[in-house]
Amino acid sequence: MMEALARWFADLHERTGINLVVFYDPFDAARFFRGVLLTVEMAALCIVASVLIGAVGAWLQGSRWRCVRALVNAYVELVRNTPSMIQLYFLFFGLGPYIAAHNAHGQAEPLISGFTWAVVCFSFYTGAFNTETFRAGIDAVPRQTEEAAESLGYTRLGAYLYVVLPLALRISFPALSNNLVNLIKMTSVAYAIAVPEILYVSNQIWSDALNVPEMMNVVLVSYVLLVSGFNALMARIERRLRVPGLGC
Amino acid sequence: MLSARAFVLPAALLPGTAAAADGAAPAWLLLWQWTPAIASGFLMNVLISVAAMLLASLLGLAVGLGQLSGLAPWRRACHFLTHFFRNAPWLVVLFYCMLLLPFQLRLFGVALPFPDWAKAILGIAIGAAANVSEIVRGAVQSIPPGQWESAESLGFSRRQTVWLIVLPQCLRRMLPSWMNLYALVVVSTPLCNIVGVHEVMSVAGELLANQDRHDLLLPVYGYLLLWFFAYCYPIARLTRLLERRPAPSLP
Repeated sequence: MMEALARWFADLHERTGINLVVFYDPFDAARFFRGVLLTVEMAALCIVASVLIGAVGAWLQGSRWRCVRALVNAYVELVRNTPSMIQLYFLFFGLGPYIAAHNAHGQAEPLISGFTWAVVCFSFYTGAFNTETFRAGIDAVPRQTEEAAESLGYTRLGAYLYVVLPLALRISFPALSNNLVNLIKMTSVAYAIAVPEILYVSNQIWSDALNVPEMMNVVLVSYVLLVSGFNALMARIERRLRVPGLGC
Repeated sequence: MLSARAFVLPAALLPGTAAAADGAAPAWLLLWQWTPAIASGFLMNVLISVAAMLLASLLGLAVGLGQLSGLAPWRRACHFLTHFFRNAPWLVVLFYCMLLLPFQLRLFGVALPFPDWAKAILGIAIGAAANVSEIVRGAVQSIPPGQWESAESLGFSRRQTVWLIVLPQCLRRMLPSWMNLYALVVVSTPLCNIVGVHEVMSVAGELLANQDRHDLLLPVYGYLLLWFFAYCYPIARLTRLLERRPAPSLP
């Protein structure tokens, strides 16, 4: 089956000149597949981290101490109003060299890879958006619900974790999906620091095979499929999480 | 292999050491001297963002209204375009425009140059237009259907209803989202550097290349972040202000 498909694409190249090399050449197919896998891995790590950052950030924004609230607000505003690409450069080129170790030859070698910096950067970027989204969701949970939880003996943290957050999550779910979709799209920016994700490996492939139009279309369709798949997943989760009587 | 796991703190990180000792200018002085060059580079980012946003608004308005058209094939095409380009990363669309558009256009036998910066504007505008399209659709749908019906009963055509009754009321509702999107367009302009358009990141890159000093990278990129923050933060504050004062509710 796979072989027949590969033969068909190789034949297509010979007949029409449309060179979809990733579908028939095992080397380029493996290269491209690793790129897709890396994008998925990066996106998955960032999604988990950014949602956690958002939850913690939103909780701290409701803090009793003004300085904590001011600090979280400063983080959110600073990150939201600056380009993620320059943030990535700032971390990777600016901060990266300071976190290094000597190798056997006495040369300084960065300890943190471009992939890790990209995950850190995009997680904190989307984390800022998630903080605001969750905050709006928490503010939409009626105050009485929290009071009821506290009167039942929940601590402040307990009421937040088990009562307010689950409700807030459902209220802010559409906005959260939107943030996470933007996150998946943002992973392509890691191209700038040579992380071998979809766009980067495709660039390598089109440089070798000289098939820019075909690869560009493959990249575009790959991302659209990836994001559409994620959207479908989020819609499913949203339906599963639905609580009768909450929201519409 | 990492044999000695000792972290090295370059001397330049400590105040008044190595870099300054061998006669090199301190970072703050260089940043001050480079400010005019960085400002002119940043102007390019602003110009790209303004042009891209204008183009995106026009395209987005057309496609957004198309999403509400009575013509089913046109409506479906606009819906598909909107969702396709909302799901595609802006950087990929930018690459697409950069690599696949010709360097000149032939119109009626006249060769018009199509420079890189124009392709970059188009590339960013396409991604932004998909968002404008959704903003327009949302705003038009937020106008109560009663208004459409009363306009029809007063003898307005569908086109007149859209342009004279519905859209003027939508403008105020679309403004906060539109400004939000503009801020997003501004912070995405450094992506043009990746595809070879000369803007603030390229300026910084050239200045840094002339110096070849690793201790300058952190302050320079931090300085660029501040420039973008100074431009985008007021827009964000104004947007918040407009959001807090919602448009008058409609019957």
